[in-house]
Amino acid sequence: MIVASPKSITELKDLIAGHKKVLFVGCGTCVTVCLAGGEREVSISSYAVRMARKLDHNPVEITQITIERQCENEFLKELAEPASKVEAIVSFGCGAGVQAIAERFADKPVYPGLNTQFLGVLEEQAVWTEKCLGCGDCMLAHFGGICPVTRCAKRLLNGPCGGSLESRCEVDPDRPCAWQLIYARLKSIGQLDHLEIIVPPKDWSSAWYCGARKIIRKDHKL
Amino acid sequence: MILPEADGILREPEIIAFCCNYCAHSAAALAGSKRLQYPAGVRIISTPCTGKLEMEHILEAFEKGIDGILIVGCLEGGCHFQEGNLRARKRADRIRSILEEIGLGSERLKMVNLSDAMASAFVEHVREIMETVRALGPNPLSVPGAKERAGKL
Repeated sequence: MIVASPKSITELKDLIAGHKKVLFVGCGTCVTVCLAGGEREVSISSYAVRMARKLDHNPVEITQITIERQCENEFLKELAEPASKVEAIVSFGCGAGVQAIAERFADKPVYPGLNTQFLGVLEEQAVWTEKCLGCGDCMLAHFGGICPVTRCAKRLLNGPCGGSLESRCEVDPDRPCAWQLIYARLKSIGQLDHLEIIVPPKDWSSAWYCGARKIIRKDHKL
Repeated sequence: MILPEADGILREPEIIAFCCNYCAHSAAALAGSKRLQYPAGVRIISTPCTGKLEMEHILEAFEKGIDGILIVGCLEGGCHFQEGNLRARKRADRIRSILEEIGLGSERLKMVNLSDAMASAFVEHVREIMETVRALGPNPLSVPGAKERAGKL
């Protein structure tokens, strides 16, 4: 899922400083699961910003709504009526949600309520880690399902750098060495022979570095 | 000491005590049975567990002008629902950081842990938060301009 973190109340307050009526829009998918932009978080932020503005003698009227997914036009229809009554919108979705709402409501300023971080998984309660870079050319089959492109600080594709200490990454000891994990994983599934395959330099043309990407599925397109 | 209201009327601070039904509510009842005196401005709200308290409940009370809130849960390790009081403490910590950030004052919210036999400790905690709130002055959100007036007095 997409993992995001909330912006501070001060930052939110500053973003909407010039507006008197604002709509806070939550997203019921990824950012709800990562406790950043769901119904509850939007509600807490609304209370906090309203109180902060009142203390500044510049009260603001905040309405709130949480829709199923901000990144799909179908669900954005629900925003038409509440959006018509406000001066600005704060999206508590990921960056895609913010932009989808901005495209839909061309006459309204749309501000981000979150900092979108990465594609990751929930390790334990309230701990998320990055697992995928979205490089567009998945190589996980080579590495036993552990991605060195994302999880190795040096993005090495043909073995460890040799700098790890007790299975921890030398760049950040908080991180496990991805190549140690790959070795253990390949060993446990009986595929250590994969380590003998020389992986050619990665083709980065499918990654973001060539600009925003687009996928068209002709088999599904109407 | 009595708080100055924005319109010049003097009043006692208003405090809400959210009390867990399994411990603090009994402690408050016991304080009454023992005729222990505590400030009259405290309103006790019984909750099934402090873990049932949502952050919005507390934030809404502050937005509506309550001067201070006391959350009273079971002793750590003694929650009827295993860890409701521990969750409540984390929520209280987060709200305190929000209150501090927006300038309302984190001291207006306090969480303590008691057993149902600790009536005098309950009274003591109520008196403490009452004194803290008196020192801070009235919740500036209760009436516009109250913060400035309180600062001058």
